[in-house]
Amino acid sequence: MSILIDKNTKVLVQGLTGKTGTFHTEQALAYHGTKMVGGIHPKKGGETWGSVESGAQLPIFASVAEGKEETGANASVIYVPPAGAAAAIIEAIEAEIPLVVCITEGIPVMDMVKVKARLDRSNSRLIGPNCPGIVTPDECKIGIMPGNIFRKGSVGVVSRSGTLTYEAVFQTTNEGLGQSTAVGIGGDPVKGTEFIDMLEMFLADDETKSIIMIGEIGGSAEEDAAQFIIDEAKRGRRKPMAGFIAGRTAPAGRTMGHAGAVISGGKGGAEDKMAAMEAAGIRVSPSPARLGTTLVEAIKS
Amino acid sequence: MNIHEYQGKQLLKSFGAPVAEGVAIMNAGEAEAAAKKLPGPLYVVKSQIHAGGRGKGKFKELSPDAKGGVRLAKSVEEVVANVKEMLGNTLVTKQTGPAGKQVNRLYIEDGADIDRELYLSILVDRSVGRVAFVVSTEGGMDIEAVAHDTPEKIITVAIDPEAGVTPADVRKLNEALKLDGDAAKDGETLFPLLYKAFVEKDMSLLEVNPLIVMKSGRLRVLDAKVSFDNNALFRHPDIMELRDTTEEDEKEIEASKHDLAYVALDGNIGCMVNGAGLAMATMDIIKLYGAEPANFLDVGGGASKEKVTAAFKIITADPAVEGILVNIFGGIMRCDVIAEGVIAAVKEVGLKVPLVVRLEGTNVELGKKIINESGLNVISADDLDDAAKKIVAAVKG
Repeated sequence: MSILIDKNTKVLVQGLTGKTGTFHTEQALAYHGTKMVGGIHPKKGGETWGSVESGAQLPIFASVAEGKEETGANASVIYVPPAGAAAAIIEAIEAEIPLVVCITEGIPVMDMVKVKARLDRSNSRLIGPNCPGIVTPDECKIGIMPGNIFRKGSVGVVSRSGTLTYEAVFQTTNEGLGQSTAVGIGGDPVKGTEFIDMLEMFLADDETKSIIMIGEIGGSAEEDAAQFIIDEAKRGRRKPMAGFIAGRTAPAGRTMGHAGAVISGGKGGAEDKMAAMEAAGIRVSPSPARLGTTLVEAIKS
Repeated sequence: MNIHEYQGKQLLKSFGAPVAEGVAIMNAGEAEAAAKKLPGPLYVVKSQIHAGGRGKGKFKELSPDAKGGVRLAKSVEEVVANVKEMLGNTLVTKQTGPAGKQVNRLYIEDGADIDRELYLSILVDRSVGRVAFVVSTEGGMDIEAVAHDTPEKIITVAIDPEAGVTPADVRKLNEALKLDGDAAKDGETLFPLLYKAFVEKDMSLLEVNPLIVMKSGRLRVLDAKVSFDNNALFRHPDIMELRDTTEEDEKEIEASKHDLAYVALDGNIGCMVNGAGLAMATMDIIKLYGAEPANFLDVGGGASKEKVTAAFKIITADPAVEGILVNIFGGIMRCDVIAEGVIAAVKEVGLKVPLVVRLEGTNVELGKKIINESGLNVISADDLDDAAKKIVAAVKG
């Protein structure tokens, strides 16, 4: 088992014909043959996209609904530029795609407020935006993570940061643990999925034996997640966990790259988050270089 | 992006919000004419800087007993005298840091008879993914202190984006602010129009502190702090025109031209990193090993050689930088591209301080080879711990 995606996941690409979409679709096809089933472009329906690397040919559909109908796709990945990305997400939701992954960075927050309202009335799950995507090792890769650092294994990784996800993956690979699934939930203030939903899935997943959770300054999602872990532990559900919070040295009031990484009104600081996570029994690593070793300690104790 | 109070008020006025009459000036010669345009007899002279706490702030150049950055005047002559004392001087407030900010613009406003001072702000409540009003009867003071000491006095009303501000929302806000009569009636129009301004202009924060009930029983927006969502500026050329670059750090302006996320900090180790989370973590690990980062810099996912060179120039132009740490986990970004960018930049701008490079990910071996064979004095590191230790040691010498 894994969470969200596996070897049977069929993926449509919104924004396939652009440079980014093309590059990462090539990478996905090369990653254990991830089932990429088609692309979406409103004006290029009926055309074909050809992979230079593998020779694969993917059909282009004029709409997500048509693409889903024709291919049986159950996931969509979005590489559409910021101005049109929210509309692309809503199109995927309205086509009732179960899993929508939006990689795009820089979507206006107000657009995401509208998306969120639409999402709440749907059965779709949105991962992102402003995220690196999801990888289930040796089975399926959606998004922009480098496939070569993964190894099939038992660690569930969930993170607000892309490159810190890579650190966690790389380090757990080096420790010989490997990953069940790694999910980047994204660095925006308003997003489709928060930590709690992913932790719930990892706790329920038999293949996942331990979890790494990487948060950062801004908002209170880490505190909410810590409370969730405490509540679940009372019900007897627990797995060894290591954590990290980026931004201990960030000044208040400044947005640190990610639109959601900002300490505002005295809230969202790193120390509060670390304290909440530690109170929930999560081992918080002081160094981003020791995510793997900290998890090994958590598993042993 | 932030704008000045007077710009914020003009914007809110265009949506129909009740604001006082006022005139912004940039030199003392305009003061008398500006004041004469206002009804009087009470005037307020307000420093226009992108920082709060102006009223309690102190001017560096004036004696400690001198009045602060927001002053009352009872005649045109008093306005002129205050303008002469304030303009061009450096205001230090709780939010500016000890260096303070030079006051280049003043806003001269018609005074108001205040009965009650309230707090109102609109922001995106990320826990529910909705725009929300945050209000309190305790206006005119530091809202963070109110939140800390008496959290029950702060009331949040989240707005359904598909319904907008409903009559029920207005009732909640009026009750929370204890408004009745004319003030409550004003609330019925004010709350929806502020929400409209927030949404239409893609604001990230609209803070009115204080919102006042005047002796006449009417509401007035007495202060306005407005920030915009940088990701939405592309669709608001009118807002872009309000940008005052004199309020921004020069290095940050340069970085924004190259689409680099950069924040200037106070330390002495410059950082160049890919990814916002890793960039913050790199700052944190520098601190963990006993030094301070000079900046946050995220070169992004798809950085080119040119972008890396621009980033390197910005870091080396900072006189406080005594060492540089480049930390790249190449996913989308290939390590050999980074290595070439770093080498090109060093050759172009020279290297007067120690440089530690840590590369990991796609094409890492090739990247390391390029660095090692460059003949430049670059210290290679194996992992992030190793890199942080090496740069801290090099700087501490």
